Amino acid sequence: MTTTDTEPKTITITVNGTPETTNARTLQEWLDARGVLPAALATAVNGNFVPRSQRAQQPLAEGDTILTFQPIEGG
Amino acid sequence: MTTHMNGEAVDQLTASQKIDGLERSTATQSDLAAACSAQVKEEPAKRAGDTEQSTLPPSRLEEVSEWHIGGKALTSRFFLGTAAYPSPQILQDAIATSGAQVVTMGLRRQLAHGAEAGDFFALIKATGAHLLPNTAGCHTAREAITLAHMARELFDTTWIKLEVVGDAHTLQPDPFELLAAATQLVKDGFEVFPYCMDDLVSCQRLLDAGCNILMPWGAPIGSGQGLVNPGALRTLRARLPGVPLIVDAGIGSPADAVQAMELGLDAVLLNSAVAHAVDPVRMARAFKLGIASGRLAYEAGVMPRQDMAVASTPVAGHPILL
Repeated sequence: MTTTDTEPKTITITVNGTPETTNARTLQEWLDARGVLPAALATAVNGNFVPRSQRAQQPLAEGDTILTFQPIEGG
Repeated sequence: MTTHMNGEAVDQLTASQKIDGLERSTATQSDLAAACSAQVKEEPAKRAGDTEQSTLPPSRLEEVSEWHIGGKALTSRFFLGTAAYPSPQILQDAIATSGAQVVTMGLRRQLAHGAEAGDFFALIKATGAHLLPNTAGCHTAREAITLAHMARELFDTTWIKLEVVGDAHTLQPDPFELLAAATQLVKDGFEVFPYCMDDLVSCQRLLDAGCNILMPWGAPIGSGQGLVNPGALRTLRARLPGVPLIVDAGIGSPADAVQAMELGLDAVLLNSAVAHAVDPVRMARAFKLGIASGRLAYEAGVMPRQDMAVASTPVAGHPILL
């Protein structure tokens, strides 16, 4: 099936183990939509670390897996 | 065997006391250092590497002496974990009371907004301690490498306590995955603090991979069993002089920490022993004193053990029979 429309397609991604749909095309767009402070978390896509500076260049595609990590207590 | 009788036996004892006294008075600094180094006579391993630490314990009289690890100068030898305290206030007070200059933190897969995620981190940052993030929960080198990179960004430090667990029941490190992860992370510019087994050869492999520091376990994490294999730690100290060794995991009571420090290990990392105490703040102080005491004892040189009694009161010239 070929589509040539310019409207954003909805894709399904998995975020921290839970599937969700998004219109975001990059990791940065997805974070912006979530309203999370960029410095409050670290990110990985498909198991690979994506530094803060690279989030805007990190594309998101159907089936991608996002992981977000935040500081917690630890031993 | 000699049969000792009355004055004769006492004369012999007197002679041996004199020899003992002579030996003590003429003992050199290097003799003392040899006695300090855990009484294991092996040669240092060639792979021990060059570090800023002297193999001879310093004989300063200050309560605490400065030492260096991972590019930082510290006076405390107590690394404290931040998990499982009854309240944030008690955690804060425990850190302050412990005098710890290094605290460990973790990362969790979550997406919390605003204060929920930031408060705890802000509280820890306010202590002024150096942060040592861990890779707890990782089972493969790949996971640990990814998490280490995340930690570097979040905590703004190249220090990483590298944990790659190999067994769910003992939480003991997987030496092979650990080595793989350490090799990569050293290349990536991290100061790797590997949570490792107390096995000499696997520790040497970690040094070969570029680690400057080792964190052998005392016992399974959170078990409070103390040092289950002090002989292995003694061997590490003897064979790897100059390599900073931090006992990590398994410490239960301050006595365990004293023992680790007397063995000549450089520092102690613990969490549960303080967090799970009835009064964590008081226990933080108990460990602070124990760690400082054990270090002083190591520097002072613990006397050698004897199988039999050695009278401490000199008897030469005293009347034998009143």
